[in-house]
Amino acid sequence: MAGEALTATGYIQHHLQNMTYGKLPAGYTRADGSVLSESTWTMAHSSQEAADMGFWALHVDTLGWSIGLGLIFCFLFARAAKKASVDKPTGFQSFVELVTEFIDKLVKETFPHRNTMVAPMALTIFVWVFLMNLMDLVPVDWLPMAAAKVSGNDHLFFKVVPTTDPNATLGMALAVFALMIFFSIREKGALGFLKELTLHPFHTGKLFFDILLIPVNFLLEAVSLIAKPISLGLRLFGNLYAGEMIFILIAIVFGVGVLGFIGAGLLHMGWAIFHVLVIVLQAFVFMVLSTVYMAMAHHRDDEHEHDQ
Amino acid sequence: MNINLTLIGQSITFLFFVWFCWKFVWPPLLGVMNEREKKIADGLADAEHAQKDLELAKRKAAEQLKEAKDQASEIIDGANKRANQIIDEAKQTAHAEGDRLKAAAKAEIDQEVNRAKEQLRSRVADLSVLGAEKILAVNIDAKAHDDLIEQLAAEL
Repeated sequence: MAGEALTATGYIQHHLQNMTYGKLPAGYTRADGSVLSESTWTMAHSSQEAADMGFWALHVDTLGWSIGLGLIFCFLFARAAKKASVDKPTGFQSFVELVTEFIDKLVKETFPHRNTMVAPMALTIFVWVFLMNLMDLVPVDWLPMAAAKVSGNDHLFFKVVPTTDPNATLGMALAVFALMIFFSIREKGALGFLKELTLHPFHTGKLFFDILLIPVNFLLEAVSLIAKPISLGLRLFGNLYAGEMIFILIAIVFGVGVLGFIGAGLLHMGWAIFHVLVIVLQAFVFMVLSTVYMAMAHHRDDEHEHDQ
Repeated sequence: MNINLTLIGQSITFLFFVWFCWKFVWPPLLGVMNEREKKIADGLADAEHAQKDLELAKRKAAEQLKEAKDQASEIIDGANKRANQIIDEAKQTAHAEGDRLKAAAKAEIDQEVNRAKEQLRSRVADLSVLGAEKILAVNIDAKAHDDLIEQLAAEL
């Protein structure tokens, strides 16, 4: 980071920009001043370009790292599962079984319904999100600098922690939400699901009043329903983003003389140790809440207090 | 920090990984774990069973040992009795044999004595004849006085 005449603001902004691949319209003035003659699919060279790409753009680094880490998870666990032996478990198999048993127990406690998908989902979330969070412990400049060296582009945007990208966390939350709706409808039927949305929490038992209360109930239930994926995604994003931000700020201090270097080193170590807790905890919270939401989707009781 | 297509991409990725884990990771892992649990439970039950068997076998062995001891002492008693019997028998046989030998020896001795007596008698008869010849200074016709000599010899 100290190699070039970078301002602190520029440094931070550079670290917070994803590598974006998207379409720029014709006549667009690019960051280097050139004007596009026709609409082009390209990598964004500045934050402004990335923003101007709109919705139809992909964060290559976020997707790359999350898919890569997910594949690592799948590969390691599938291999351990395939090679798993009853009599002579290897060290790694024991570790995998430890995690699996922990999740299995937890899911059995929080999810009392019959659905074989929920426990594997919880396992996937826990390990995958943990791995993505773990990237936060790699010093903030290492991988971006390595990527810049490899690509030969010093200004390459490269974010290595997928969970500091709201797209990633909200994307996962959205998938959880879709599963929630799917299981709600499968378990209760479309009508049952609608009833749950419109006849709760206020219910008088008199048809006339119930019809009058439908809009109020629907508003309340819709908000509480939609709040679930949003809070789920934003909680993970917020925690990891804040952690990443502090690592970036500490990294700036590294450049300020010998004292700054030592101080930043100590700070970095302290924050990293604390952050170990955060990354596990956030992965755990994301998993538990997803499981709880699944349990809510399967819940068939018509009592009021259950829909808190 | 722009919300864009990555959102959908991440959702699809998420669902794919969940599906993968659901189909290929979870079932074999849980299968192995349950199998091991069952194996351990079975092993413990077997161990308990074996312990019971062992106890039973120990008791049986002790019983058999006791029986064998009893039998052995019975056999020893029998053998002792038989040995005494044999000794007694041998003693009796020896006695009888001794008696028989003694009787035979006695009979032989009697025979010898009788024979000696006979010899002595004939010798005395001869001597008597000789003596009488000397005394009478005549030859006694042995044939003529045979009766007398015989009588004399019988008296001896």
